[in-house]
Amino acid sequence: MEPLLIEGTPKTPSIRFESDQGLIEIKGRSIPENSIEFYKPLVDWLEKYSETPGALTKVNIQLEYFNTSSSKCILDVFKKLEAIHKAKHEVIINWYYEEDDEDMLEAGEDYESIIRVPFKMIEIVD
Amino acid sequence: MSFNIDEYYDKLKNGDVVMSYKGSITTEVINNTLELIESKLDVGEEGGKIKKKIYNVLVESLQNLYHHGDDLPEDMRSVMEPKFGVMAISKFGNGYKITTGNFINSSKIKFLKDKIDKINSLSEEELKDMYKFILNHQKLSAKGGGGLGLVDIARKTGNKLEYNFLNYNNEYYFFNLNITIT
Repeated sequence: MEPLLIEGTPKTPSIRFESDQGLIEIKGRSIPENSIEFYKPLVDWLEKYSETPGALTKVNIQLEYFNTSSSKCILDVFKKLEAIHKAKHEVIINWYYEEDDEDMLEAGEDYESIIRVPFKMIEIVD
Repeated sequence: MSFNIDEYYDKLKNGDVVMSYKGSITTEVINNTLELIESKLDVGEEGGKIKKKIYNVLVESLQNLYHHGDDLPEDMRSVMEPKFGVMAISKFGNGYKITTGNFINSSKIKFLKDKIDKINSLSEEELKDMYKFILNHQKLSAKGGGGLGLVDIARKTGNKLEYNFLNYNNEYYFFNLNITIT
């Protein structure tokens, strides 16, 4: 299936979803006033991907900021990934956070406690 | 005496104000405010941690105004722009204070007051549970609001939300919210 590639803006993250590599990447800032519009194509893409996912889906989430409107949409993305994992395909979510950014680490841990997919918390050290 | 927006705004600008705004809270205003505060904080001596917290809290509070600023008293609808709100960021002791204000129909006061009182009564751990519960169980509104903004602000700042409702007329009040970031 076609990859989903979106360039980042000051308020929305860059997106790189590639089915042939089993790669799902969200990077940057996610602070739009209404996040549903931005995340809908992502969730739709994942819905389709989940029909024939790769043996391993590697998910990289590297957000500098995200707002509470985005937090629910990110959960929707993770729920799609959870369904893939539940169907016995390997999924790993790498949650990146900047050095000392405890709020971002905690946000990752919140998701980890809700979503049944293995998470790896990775601190970015300059 | 009933609430007067100009007096309120003048008072708000007293003190060590980094920036302030009164008017329509559009996407463009939000973008410009965030850009401005980011460059101001960059040249300051603030550590990365507090800078991020200020930025996060500012995003949530401006977007709260954006989502809830549409309800204006009748006599103001013709003179004020839609999505009307007020905000100020000032230095306050060792930290910062973000103040926001918007009009609110008196019928909505109880809901908002109960919500903030509840948030203020919770421990750090309980706030985390409340956040996760709302995240997992409440749908986003068509406008994109999720009922998480104030919970998130309380969690990130670790401080109580200070608020009051200033009487404008029988039907409308002005909701004043003070957030401290230390």
